[in-house]
Amino acid sequence: MALLEVNDLGVSFATPDGTVNAVNGVNFTLDKGETLGIVGESGSGKSQLSFAIMGLLAKNGTATGSVKFAGKEILNAPPHVINPIRANQIAMVFQDPMTSLNPYMRVSDQMAEVLIHHKGMGKAEAVRESIRMLDAVKIPDAAGRVGLYPHEFSGGMRQRVMIAMSLLCRPELLIADEPTTALDVTVQAQIMMLLRDLQRDFGMATILITHDLGVVAGFCEDVLVLYGGQVMEQSPVDPLFAAPTHPYTRGLLKAIPRVDHHGDDLDSIPGSPPNMTNAPKGCPFAPRCDFAGDDCLDHLAPLTQFAPDRWRACNRKLEELA
Amino acid sequence: MTEPLLRVEDLRVTFELRRAGDMPWTKPRLLHAVSGVNFELFPGETLGVVGESGCGKSTLARAIIQMVPATGKAIWQGKTNLLALSKREMLKFRSDIQMVFQDPLASLNPRMTVGQIIAEPLRTHKPDLSGEEVKTRVKKMMDRVGLLPNQINRYPHEFSGGQCQRIGIARALIVEPKLLICDEPVSALDVSIQAQVINLLAELQRDLGLAMIFIAHDLSVVKHISDRVMVLYLGREMEMATSHDLYADPQHPYTQALLSAVPIPDPVAERAKTMIPLDGDLPSPLAPPSGCVFRTRCPRAEQRCAETAPALTPGVHGVACHFPGPLVRGGRPLENA
Repeated sequence: MALLEVNDLGVSFATPDGTVNAVNGVNFTLDKGETLGIVGESGSGKSQLSFAIMGLLAKNGTATGSVKFAGKEILNAPPHVINPIRANQIAMVFQDPMTSLNPYMRVSDQMAEVLIHHKGMGKAEAVRESIRMLDAVKIPDAAGRVGLYPHEFSGGMRQRVMIAMSLLCRPELLIADEPTTALDVTVQAQIMMLLRDLQRDFGMATILITHDLGVVAGFCEDVLVLYGGQVMEQSPVDPLFAAPTHPYTRGLLKAIPRVDHHGDDLDSIPGSPPNMTNAPKGCPFAPRCDFAGDDCLDHLAPLTQFAPDRWRACNRKLEELA
Repeated sequence: MTEPLLRVEDLRVTFELRRAGDMPWTKPRLLHAVSGVNFELFPGETLGVVGESGCGKSTLARAIIQMVPATGKAIWQGKTNLLALSKREMLKFRSDIQMVFQDPLASLNPRMTVGQIIAEPLRTHKPDLSGEEVKTRVKKMMDRVGLLPNQINRYPHEFSGGQCQRIGIARALIVEPKLLICDEPVSALDVSIQAQVINLLAELQRDLGLAMIFIAHDLSVVKHISDRVMVLYLGREMEMATSHDLYADPQHPYTQALLSAVPIPDPVAERAKTMIPLDGDLPSPLAPPSGCVFRTRCPRAEQRCAETAPALTPGVHGVACHFPGPLVRGGRPLENA
């Protein structure tokens, strides 16, 4: 049995301007210790996808489909089902550590709270365990710093605190939503290396949500490319980068400048990502796609498997994308 | 040899910090945001400035146009020291030096239409132009940066981030500047939009013969657009070279570490690359380390680095390091050296 099974997951929001379909028909499974990258630009629905899994959608949001964690349905589960799973078995790291940590609480108190609540530990023991975890994420002088407030840490250190906090209950699945976007490259490299080590040591499955294809290339085994709430391509990481099969993925890879290449002009993708409040009817990428025909404005082909472990959603056949 | 458009000599920006409760006679703490930066910028050239947050790259740009007070010299076209000008005198030069900011929406006045925003520099610097002429020029400029001229009466919130950045670029270019300072112009944009704006900037620069100072934390973007690149760390120049040399053959250990930290969007290359991890965080600029400011995180640091600060070597490829050199020294990888 897979650790996490996501079937036909959809997320929609009721807004004054009508229903917004933020995510449509996402399927994937994740086994113990696996890493999945979810890549997309702003508005692609990548964060809402993870919020739906964790049951953190805003009040006007509805999730449909099914999410099974260790065989148990957790999508739209009532609090007494999902609460013991949150933090305990599925933990989350958010993008901005400063707004995710409580500025009024000492790090020791916020971290201990998790253990007291989920594991029933006493305060002293919980703080001791917190210090051990801060050590594990390589915060120097953890014992001396555990009593500080979040603002007394640097950005990279705060993200380490967030990660330590998410690992306190030894979760089986970690969802990291843009964990390094707010950080400098050298700090990003430290944090990604740390996540890799921790993932190996704790045997966690990890979902990494990011807009940065470089981070995905270095960290993930499988990748899911989202655009306008639709899965465009789903594949193991190596073939995805070596031979992308969707016009969007191809365009994206050509549009990024690289430090290890000398290039001329970048091939930019014309236009801009769709506005999800009135999303186009057919393929969300059609208005920007070189290969789009009239059929693309009307409907999008379902995600189809074309090679072992590889899926794509495109009306054009692979041979047609010369 | 052509005259440099801008020659910056020993530029320093120091902020005085006072704590709450300090007595009026208490000496303020000094924060050296930029300490002794030198460079030359030639017409039509792009100088990239990279560094981590807090390294002083934005302050450097702001100092040149007197948005923050600075000491030293910034010689414009071999004649005028911009830093010594009064506000009134500076106004004459502002149409020559324009700036594009990071946050595209926040840098546009939400209560002005696009037409008014783009026309404002023109009205300030060329007040004699007729309203008709201004409108024609604005429409031409909008067309030039890829905006539809019929959007002239719209407000900034009606545009996407990429389009807002085009508005910012149009506003900067309408007065035909000789130097464009771009402070993180694409870092707030989506990947697929970034390439559009980078290509636009490169194209405009070629066509208009602009000189550009391009500030960004993203090393791949800077590499793509710059002729020469300056690496800053704690307000000091670490390395300065042509874009090709700096990326192909970095000599300073900080540049090497910085480059190795950039994730490469190719799993095979990413796994193959040598990471040079930097431990710890940037030291506080209030109490920078003695000698070379990078020594506390440097794998090559020795006693000498704590005693004297290395100066940037003159020449095309300048390095400020006592032990510069390529990654592998004496046939051994650096970590064993």
